[in-house]
Amino acid sequence: MSNWTFYHLPQTIEEALAILQNEPHSKVIAGGTDLLLELQQGRHAPVRTLVDLTQIAELQRLEVVDDILWVGAGVPLNRLIAWQPVRQYATALFEAASLIGGPQVRNVATLGGNVAHALPAADGAIALLALDAQVVLATPEGNRTMPLLSCYAGPAKTALQRTEIITAFQVPLSRKGEASAFRRVMRPQGVAIAIQNMGIWLRREEDIIADLRIAVGPAGPIPFRAHRTEEALRGKPLSEVSLANAENALLSEARFRTSPHRATAEYRIHLAGVLLRQTLQIAWERTEKEPEGSSLLVKG
Amino acid sequence: MELMVNGQKVEVEPQPGEMLAHVLREQLGLTGTKIGCEEAECGACTVIVDGVPVLSCTYPAARAAGKSVLTIEGLGGLHPLQEEFIRHGAVQCGFCIPGQIMTAYALLQQNSNPSEAEIRQALKDTLCRCAGYPSIIRAVQSAARRLRGEPPLPPVVAPVITEPGKNQPPLQVVGTLQPRPDAVEKVSGTAKFTDDLKFPGMLHARVKRAMVPHAILKRLDVEKARALPGVHAVLTAANIPGEKNHGLVIFDWPIMVGIGERVRYVGDAVAIVAAETRQIATQALDLIEAEYELLEVISDPVRARQPDAPQLHPNGNLLKHIKVRKGDMEQGFAEAEVILEHTFHTAITDHAFMEPECSIARPTEDGRMEIYVGSQIPYADRNQVARALGWPDERVHVIGQLMGGGFGGKEDIAGQIHAALLAHATGRPVKLLFDRHESLLVHPKRHATQIRVKMGAKRDGRLTAVETELYGDTGAYASLGEKVLTRATTHSSGPYEVPHARADCYAMYTNNPPAGAFRGFGVTQSAFAIESMMDMLAHTLQIDPIELRRRNALRIGSVTNTGQVLRESVGLLDCIEIVARELKQRAGDQPFASRTVEGQPHLRRAWGFAVGYKNTGLGGGAPDKAGAEVELYEDGSVEVRTSSAELGQGLVTVLRMIVAEEFALPPERVRVLVMDTDRTPDGGPTTASRQTFVSGNAARYAAQSLREALAASLAEKFDVAPERIRFVEGLAQVNGHSLPLGEVAKIVRQEGRMPKAFYEYWAPKTQPLGTGGDMHFAFSFAAQAAEVEVNTLTGEVSVLEVISAIDVGKAINPLGLQGQFEGGIMMGLGNALTEHFIVENGIVFTDRLARYRMPSIMLTPKITAYAVEHPVEAGPYGAKGVGEIVSIPTTPAITNAIYNAVGVRIDRLPVDQEVIVQELSRA
Ligand SMILES: Cc1cc2nc3c(=O)[nH]c(=O)nc-3n(C[C@@H](O)[C@@H](O)[C@H](O)COP(=O)(O)OP(=O)(O)OC[C@H]3O[C@@H](n4cnc5c(N)ncnc54)[C@H](O)[C@@H]3O)c2cc1C
Ligand code: FES
Ligand code: FES
Repeated sequence: MSNWTFYHLPQTIEEALAILQNEPHSKVIAGGTDLLLELQQGRHAPVRTLVDLTQIAELQRLEVVDDILWVGAGVPLNRLIAWQPVRQYATALFEAASLIGGPQVRNVATLGGNVAHALPAADGAIALLALDAQVVLATPEGNRTMPLLSCYAGPAKTALQRTEIITAFQVPLSRKGEASAFRRVMRPQGVAIAIQNMGIWLRREEDIIADLRIAVGPAGPIPFRAHRTEEALRGKPLSEVSLANAENALLSEARFRTSPHRATAEYRIHLAGVLLRQTLQIAWERTEKEPEGSSLLVKG
Repeated sequence: MELMVNGQKVEVEPQPGEMLAHVLREQLGLTGTKIGCEEAECGACTVIVDGVPVLSCTYPAARAAGKSVLTIEGLGGLHPLQEEFIRHGAVQCGFCIPGQIMTAYALLQQNSNPSEAEIRQALKDTLCRCAGYPSIIRAVQSAARRLRGEPPLPPVVAPVITEPGKNQPPLQVVGTLQPRPDAVEKVSGTAKFTDDLKFPGMLHARVKRAMVPHAILKRLDVEKARALPGVHAVLTAANIPGEKNHGLVIFDWPIMVGIGERVRYVGDAVAIVAAETRQIATQALDLIEAEYELLEVISDPVRARQPDAPQLHPNGNLLKHIKVRKGDMEQGFAEAEVILEHTFHTAITDHAFMEPECSIARPTEDGRMEIYVGSQIPYADRNQVARALGWPDERVHVIGQLMGGGFGGKEDIAGQIHAALLAHATGRPVKLLFDRHESLLVHPKRHATQIRVKMGAKRDGRLTAVETELYGDTGAYASLGEKVLTRATTHSSGPYEVPHARADCYAMYTNNPPAGAFRGFGVTQSAFAIESMMDMLAHTLQIDPIELRRRNALRIGSVTNTGQVLRESVGLLDCIEIVARELKQRAGDQPFASRTVEGQPHLRRAWGFAVGYKNTGLGGGAPDKAGAEVELYEDGSVEVRTSSAELGQGLVTVLRMIVAEEFALPPERVRVLVMDTDRTPDGGPTTASRQTFVSGNAARYAAQSLREALAASLAEKFDVAPERIRFVEGLAQVNGHSLPLGEVAKIVRQEGRMPKAFYEYWAPKTQPLGTGGDMHFAFSFAAQAAEVEVNTLTGEVSVLEVISAIDVGKAINPLGLQGQFEGGIMMGLGNALTEHFIVENGIVFTDRLARYRMPSIMLTPKITAYAVEHPVEAGPYGAKGVGEIVSIPTTPAITNAIYNAVGVRIDRLPVDQEVIVQELSRA
C-alpha cells in the first residue's frame, strides 16, 4: 500500500478546507518532516489524501502588525530565522527555530507542523509558549484565535480537528526592557531532539524581574508552562535566593520522567535547574541591551 | 505534471506515495542523487528546489510540480566545487558527495564568502561516513575563493617524517598528490553504485525476516504471497538447491531458516520474494505467515557462558577460547610494586556506511550467474553463492561495483545469495536492496566486549605483568568473530614490552546481531581498555603519561606478548615524540592539567594521550596472498587488475601509482580494474589493512615482471642487453632511441606474445598464535593526543583538537592517507562519543539512522596529522597498513582527556554525559 493515494496542492485556505471536509480520509501536510517519516516507517497508517499547505499564500505571511509578529504557520523555518524582526523581537523563537534540524530540514519544516505534531519538547513550541503566542486557526466554521496550549490533548496528541488548519502564530513583540531566550541540552547519541529545553521571556524593571514566562519541555505530557516558578521570581531580583526558590518551585510543579536511552528523571531534574539559571541569565542580560539578536551565536 | 529538472522541462506522472528522489532516480534516470536512509537524516539525497537545498527522499514528488530542480548532474561540466572536492581529496567512497556538493552549492549561491562556522552549519546534516570533513571544509573554502576570483587553497596533507637512516631514493609518482581515478565520476554523479544499475526485466526482491531473536520456526505459509499478482517467486529454505548455510570461516549462518529449525537473531531470513516492483514485494512479505516457538534470549556473552544457558549452536555457545601466554604471571605480579585492576565495557557499533547493501543477480544465456555487488571479498561471495546454488565456483561471476563505504561491514554475505536464488528460480535479473532499517538489523557489527585488565608495574612505571580477560559478543553467527577477537586478545596488553602476559578471551554466541569485521578489528576495544589502564597507572605512580609509555613502548628487539621478536619498522617512539612535541607547543609542560575557560567556569579543558598498534595482514599462519595482472595496451596505456576491493579507502589510487612508478608513466595512463572474479585475479579479502601491502606488492611485482618481459623482447629485437633498456615517461629507451610504449605492445604481440604479466604475491609467512614465532609480518603504530572540553553542569563533552602521528611505513598516496587520517579519527571519536547500537533482549532498538548517530561535521575537531615512515623491508616501497590504526588510539585519548579535565574515569563506551554529571556530583 502506498503511503498516500491522492496529493492535493490547494492554493487557498478555503480550497484546503473544502478538500478536508469532503474527503474523510484526508490530512494536512506542511513540510512533512514529521508526517512523512511516520508514514514511511509505518508509525502512521497510510492516508488516502494528503492536503499540502505549502502553496497557500496566507500561510506564508511574515509581518509585524502593530505590536505583534504575525508568523505564518507554513513559513519554512529557514525563512523565519532569516527575518530580522524575529531575531530582534522574539529572540527565543529565533534561537529555537535555528536549532531545529539542518538547513535541508529547515527549508521545508514549519512551526505549524512543530506545534500540530504535539510533542512536549518540540523546540519551536516551547519558544512560542514562552512568548505567549496565540494560535490562529482556520476551520470550516470560520477563523478563531486561541492560546497555544489549547492545541494539545496529550503527548503527540493534538487537540485540533482534522479539518482545522493553523494559519499563523501571533507573537507579542518584546519591547524595551523585555527579552527572551531559548536553551536546550542534547545528547550526542540517539535522536536529535532535546533531552531538556527551556524558553524564557521576561520584563525587567531596574533590578527586578517585573514579569516573566517560563516554558519547559519535556516536563509533562504537553509543553509545560511553569507558573509557580514564574511566581517565585516575579517581582524579585535575580539573586541566589530567588533562583533557589525558583528551582524548588520548578521541581515541585514539573513532572520529569525517565525515558530509556535518553535521560533519567534525575538527570532531567538536574538539567532543568541548569537551564533555568542559564536561560534566565541570558534573557536578563538581553534586557540590558536594545532588543537585537543579529549577533547571537547559535550552537548546533 | 511538469517541472524543470536541470534546466529542462520534463513531464512526469508521480505515483501515489512517490518521493522526488524516486522520480529523479527511477523515472528520469538521474542516479547521481543518492539514497542513504530515506528518513531525512543523512543528506545524501539533497537536491536544490527553487534555489534551496531539500531532502528529496522525503519530498513528495507531486509537490515539485512547476518547480525547478537542480541535481548533481545539472551543475554542467566541472563546477569549481567539484574540482576542489577532487583536488582536496574530499572524495573517498563518493556516496555522500553529490549531497555534499549540492548542499555546498546552495550555500555558495547565498554566501560567496562563508566562514568555517557557516560551512559547518550548512553541512550539519549532510553526513560523510568516510568523514574527511576537514577536507570537505577546505574544498568548499577553496571553491568559494575561486568563484570570487581568488586563487584556490592548496590541499593539506600530513607532513612525512622518515626514520633516520632510512631515506630512500626519490620516487616519481609514489608520495605525490594524485587524484582518485574514479573522482570525476563521483563528483559528477555519473559514478554507478549497485542500486544505480537497471536491467531489462529486472525483478525486485525483499526478505522476510524472523524479527524474533530466538525461536524455533514452527509453521510457514507463503501461499498467499505467491498468489499476489506481480509476485514471481517466493522461496523458503526448502527451495535452496545447494548448501543451506553460508559463512566466511564457519558455515553456520542459514541462508533461510527452515521449519523446525532455530532462529538465532531478528535478522534471520525465513522467506524471500521477487516481484515486479519493490512495493509488490513488500506487500507480499506482509502476506507471509510464520509461527514461532519462542525461546529464552541470550543477550550477553557472560550469560552465554553459564552452563545452564540454552545452546545456540551444535557445539554450544563458545565460538572460541583464545589464549595468549607469555612468561610467568605469578612472578610478574610478585615483582610488581603496584597492581591495578579494572573492568571496561565497549558497545556494539555499526559501520553505517552511507550506501546500504544492494545486490543484483542476473542469469546469463550461457547458464551462468552474474552478481553485481559492492563487496569486500568478491571471491568469497562467488564461493558462497555457488555453494548455495550447488554449482562450481566458476559458474558464478561476481562483478564488483563501487562501494559506498564498507569499513568491514561488507565482508559477509548480505543479499547476494538471496538475489541469486531468486534469479535462478525466475530466470530474470533480481535486485535486492536493503533499506537503512534492514541494513541496521542484518549485517554484522562491531563486537561488544567486557574487558578486565590486571596490571603490575614497578614504581618507575616499567610493566611487569598484564593479565586480561575478555568476553566478546559475537552474536548469532561466527562471521569473522574468531579472527576479530583473536586480534582483540593478542593486542590486549598494548604496544608494550611486557615480560609476563596472559590473556583469555571467550568469544561467545548470543542472540544479538552477528558481530564481525569493523575497522580496528577488535583492537579498537582492547586499546580502549589498556590505554585507559596506562593512564590510571600513570596517575597512581605520578608519572607523566607520555613518559610511562616511552618507558614501556615496543621498539626494535622487543618481544611481543605472543612471542614475536620485532626486527624492523617499529615507529612507536617516533610517533610519541612527535605528538609530545606538538603538545608542548600548544600546552607547555602541563598539557594534562585541567584548565578552565575564561569567563565560563563550568567548562573545563584538558588533553589526553594514547597510543596503539595494529597488525597488517591476516597473520596467525593464514596464507596471505594476492594476485595481480598488469597489461600494456597498444594505445600506450597500462591496466592493472586484481580482485581486491575499493571501498573508498583509495586502493585504486595506490595500485595506479605503484604501476605508474614502475613504468615511470604518468598515472593517468594506468587503468585499474578491481573486484571482478572473471577478469581480475584473486586479491584476497579486503580486510586487516592488508591491501596496500599484499595487493600493492602483487601489482608492483607484476609490473616489474612485465617490464622485464618487455625489455627481454626489445633486447632480442634490437639486439642489445636487456639492462640497457629503460622505461621513462611512457617511452622505452633502447640504445638512445625512444619507442612509445604502445609501439612496444605491438612489437611484443607481433612476436606472438602477450604484453601482460601475472604475479601472485605471498606475504612473509606467519605463525599461529601460541607457537611463539612471527604472528604478523608487520605492525603499524600510532600516538595521538586529544583536547576535550567538558561542561561540568551538563556533562556534555566536545573534542576540540586531535594531534596524530601514525607510522605507515611509507606514505604512498598522501591525499588518500589524509582521508584515512581524518576519517579514522572521526570514527574513533564516534566510537567514544556518539555511537551506540542498542539491542535489548535481542531486539534492536537502534533500527533507524535517527537512533544511531555517527559524528557529523559539527563534531569535527581541528586535526593535525603526521605520517611517520619506518619502512618494512617487504612492503611496497616500505609501506604497511593504515586503514585501521588511525582510529584505534582516538577513543582512549578522548576518554583520558575527560579524566584529566574533570577526574571522571570512563570505563564504558560510549561516554554517557549523564554519568559524568553523576560522578561529578558524587565527588
Ligand atoms: C533530521 C530532523 C531533525 C529534527 N530536529 C528537530 C529539533 O531539533 N527540534 C524539533 O523541535 N524538531 C525537530 N525535528 C522535527 C521538526 O522538523 C518538525 O517538528 C517540524 O517543525 C514539523 O513541521 P512540518 O512542517 O515538517 O510538519 P509536517 O510533518 O508536515 O506535519 C506534522 C503534523 O502537523 C500537522 N500539520 C502541519 N501543519 C499544520 C497546520 N498548519 N495546521 C494543522 N496541522 C498541521 C500535520 O498534519 C502532521 O500531523 C526534526 C526533524 C528531522 C527530520
Ligand atoms: S536524508 Fe534522504 S536519503 Fe538520507
Ligand atoms: S565519501 Fe562521504 S560517505 Fe564516503
